[in-house]
Amino acid sequence: MKLLTLSSPHTTRSFSTADVMRLVILALIPGIIALTYFFGPGHLIQIFIAATTAIVAEAGILKLRKRPIGFYLKDYSALLTAILLAISLPPYAPYWVTIVASGFAIIVAKHLYGGLGQNPFNPAMIGFALVLVSFPVPMTTSWSAPSELLENGISLSEALTVIFSSRESIDAFTMATPLDEYKHLVAISTADEILANPLFKGTEQSQILLGWEWVSAGFLLGGLFLLWKKIFTWHIPVSLLVSLILCSSIFGWDSDTNVPLTLHILGGATMLGAFFIATDPVTASTTHLGKLIYGAGIGILIYVIRTWGSYPDAVAFAVLLMNFAAPFIDQYTQPRTYGHKKAVRGLAKKD
Amino acid sequence: MNLITLHEFKGGIHPPENKEQSTSLPISTMKLPEKLVLPIAQHIGAQSKPVVNVGDSVLKGEIIAQAQGFVSANLHAPSSGTITAIEDRVIAHPSGMSDICIEITLDGKDTWTEIQGIDNYLEADASELIAKIQASGITGLGGAGFPTHVKASVDESKIDTLIINAAECEPYITADDMLMREHANAVIKGIEIIERIVKPKHCLIGVEDNKPQAIAALNEALKNFTDNTFNIQVVAIPTKYPSGGEKQLIEILSGKEVPAGGLPSDIGILCQNVGTCFAIYKAISKGEPLISRITTVTGEACRQPQNFEVLLGTPVKDLLSATHTQLEQVNRLIMGGPMMGFTLEDTNTPVVKSTNCIIASSKQELPDPAMEQACIRCGMCTEACPAQLLPQQLYWFSKSSNLEQATAHNIADCIECGACAYVCPSNIPLVQYYRHTKGEIKQANADKLKSDRAKERFEARLARQEREAAEKEAKRKARAEAAAKKQAEKKATEAIAPATSADAPAADLELLQKKLDAAQSAVKKAKEKIAAAEEAGDSDKVALLKGALAKSQEKMKEAAKAIAEAKKAAKAAPATTGAAAVEMTPERMQNKVDLAESRLATAKKRLEEAQANNSEQVDALNTAVEKQQARVAEAKQALAEFLKQESAAPSVDLDALKQKVLAAQTRVDKAQERLDMAKQQELDTVSALQTGLEKQQSKLKEAQDALAEASK
Repeated sequence: MKLLTLSSPHTTRSFSTADVMRLVILALIPGIIALTYFFGPGHLIQIFIAATTAIVAEAGILKLRKRPIGFYLKDYSALLTAILLAISLPPYAPYWVTIVASGFAIIVAKHLYGGLGQNPFNPAMIGFALVLVSFPVPMTTSWSAPSELLENGISLSEALTVIFSSRESIDAFTMATPLDEYKHLVAISTADEILANPLFKGTEQSQILLGWEWVSAGFLLGGLFLLWKKIFTWHIPVSLLVSLILCSSIFGWDSDTNVPLTLHILGGATMLGAFFIATDPVTASTTHLGKLIYGAGIGILIYVIRTWGSYPDAVAFAVLLMNFAAPFIDQYTQPRTYGHKKAVRGLAKKD
Repeated sequence: MNLITLHEFKGGIHPPENKEQSTSLPISTMKLPEKLVLPIAQHIGAQSKPVVNVGDSVLKGEIIAQAQGFVSANLHAPSSGTITAIEDRVIAHPSGMSDICIEITLDGKDTWTEIQGIDNYLEADASELIAKIQASGITGLGGAGFPTHVKASVDESKIDTLIINAAECEPYITADDMLMREHANAVIKGIEIIERIVKPKHCLIGVEDNKPQAIAALNEALKNFTDNTFNIQVVAIPTKYPSGGEKQLIEILSGKEVPAGGLPSDIGILCQNVGTCFAIYKAISKGEPLISRITTVTGEACRQPQNFEVLLGTPVKDLLSATHTQLEQVNRLIMGGPMMGFTLEDTNTPVVKSTNCIIASSKQELPDPAMEQACIRCGMCTEACPAQLLPQQLYWFSKSSNLEQATAHNIADCIECGACAYVCPSNIPLVQYYRHTKGEIKQANADKLKSDRAKERFEARLARQEREAAEKEAKRKARAEAAAKKQAEKKATEAIAPATSADAPAADLELLQKKLDAAQSAVKKAKEKIAAAEEAGDSDKVALLKGALAKSQEKMKEAAKAIAEAKKAAKAAPATTGAAAVEMTPERMQNKVDLAESRLATAKKRLEEAQANNSEQVDALNTAVEKQQARVAEAKQALAEFLKQESAAPSVDLDALKQKVLAAQTRVDKAQERLDMAKQQELDTVSALQTGLEKQQSKLKEAQDALAEASK
């Protein structure tokens, strides 16, 4: 009889980091289905490109860092980063945009900072921000029109052609996102005129946003699933959405001059950001109060950048800006420990 | 139904309970083992001290190790037999270390020593009850093993609520559950005894709601107590680990938190384990000391998991064989529960007062831990922590040995329940990190204390050295000043000396004489020349030569005058130097006085003769007598003064003695200091330094005595 000598606890829950990542990927599926249904197979192709790049990059850098490759690849974290990045990118962006973004996310934003758990910034959003700033043209002209507005939809071969070789046929089916469109039109038109636009009007089934509300609903569903599974707590999504709603209601109540609330909530990457990007535990605040502040900060920044900034969407920049603040927020939002009268604020002072 | 409002503690987990395996069979009694091994440290506090020797025969219940001090506990022989060893044996400790154990080889008769309970114990004094508990060696049976009499000796006016901890929240363990099912009456009677001691307003028995049979049994037993004066109430609490943690149970039942660093009594609560109540009942009513306890033996490798009433000191291997454990299947052998228990390396480890469970787990049941992954800061640990800490922050601080921040993040409030490590998806052994950091902090604090003391000592030494140096310097200066003064005085006397010395004027005198001779010869020559010139009739030359002659004559006169003065001085000098040279001794002074007196006597005699002859000399003689009288008085005074000076001289010795005492004192202080230092560092020079110190002290004593003598 050979006895193990180990420290307590002797029993642990059989729920690993890989399980967490897998659950998050699973929760993304409804949103991805909605994206594919309304905007064609572009996102699926991007997921494939991003995932391949990410896994190759991860394996390569793990080899360089002399880490066990199989052990770390099995945690699914690179795959999750790739998927989040791919569904944030425009579905018909050229393949090299995706490769650059994905490679940069894994190599620079993740591993150069020390790998899983050590990166201060959300890798997917770093990749996204890099290509958005570096390649603005393909990044703003690669969103497709909802397939319902196209006669034949977008076939897989068309999608592959646009992404990998010729971009000549792209004008046939690309269109700005509703958020972008409304923002540009509101300067010269009233709300009624803008909403008469086919992008908003659409068909009888989808009254206002033509597909985008379903995509948002898909991500919301996945997010609620993760909440139920206790993968993250309610604090970040709720404070993010509440602060965005408040900002929009206070500053943008007039839809003749501002993007309306419904478009803020359902028209862009808000739901994806609130449930999947901002809740990335590695880069977010970790205390309850901190999470509320962190989420609210992102919500406010999203509104500020969308309204007064020049970018069509703002989730990536808002999240990255708050990533900066997260460690600081954590220090000042420690919970009150059992038996203590007051919570500790800030780090211990050096003598 | 609960009549009180329950509160929920934050955090907590729901691990698989695994309790039903060991509750299917009733509590059984083991057959007597051959030998019992009893560690003398089975409790928190000072080790008890063996009071038996190898070869002594002992009866069941006889005391074999005596408590040392108040926070300590007695140890009794769990059965009758012979003491066969008192030596180091492996004990129940996470490190698998050894400690002093008393081995009893049992005679199998299990003969009781004479025991006596307290009759009418419900009317007994609290102090009598506490004394009996103390004598019976009862410690908290929940796990920590704190001496019960210490806990019970609380100011009764402080206690509002007595909480009986019967939550038993750890998986696998069913010892308390089975105890309550089978001995509910005794448990309630035990609670009554504690109530007589601390007199609470009410008493709550907290039981997790996964023990319905125990709850029912307690409620049934309570019905028999019509005089439920202290308002005992069974409270079913939701099953959630670690509800049985003292702080958590208090929070659940009262909504209050035990202040950090404080005790439950600070908020009017006393907490006792249900098993302890049973032990108290047995000790008070029957006089049985704590010699056995109920222990669960379970785990997948056990074929027949169940609870036993085990004699303390029974080796774990006897329990394993009693449950028909397949030893080859045992992968981890745990004493305690799976959340907070520790692994055993040796099946000879004995059961002690705090052993509530033995888990013989198979590899499938509690698999080897998976490889530690990176922390993804998922925060699941934060959600699970019942102390509302930030486990992952503590983990980062632990990993980087940032003790300062770990302390600031209240790592000391971690109760090591293991909830964080249980939920961690990255398989990080968080509790182990915290234990390590707590140890490091403890070590760092101890080191700091030590270095602070050393610093203090060093500074004191430096100050003392400076003081001594300053004193030395002052002394040196005083000496130098005195020397300089002496030198100056000497110089001054030397400056006067040439005028008064006899040699120097002698030389001068010779010189002057030569000058005089020269002047005389010059005068003679000049006179001759004048004579020659007069003869030659050279009047001009004569006038010139007369002038020169006058000059020479003047020089001669001056020289003669100088010689006369020098001679006068030379005459006076020996008198003064002679007076100075004569050393003053009392004898000489006395001689002088005698001489003066005899002269006076002669003068008086002459005066009388003159008066008788009616001589004209009477007046002159009268004056002479008066003069002589004055001289006698003078001489006497001089003698008296001289004697006075002489008697003042010993005061110099007194000062020297004082110096000696001071020096001896310093040496004693130094020796004391060195001894203290050695004692602190536990050096083996202590005894040598002790003798040194004693020597110095005796020297000091001598010096002091001498000083006392001298100042008389």
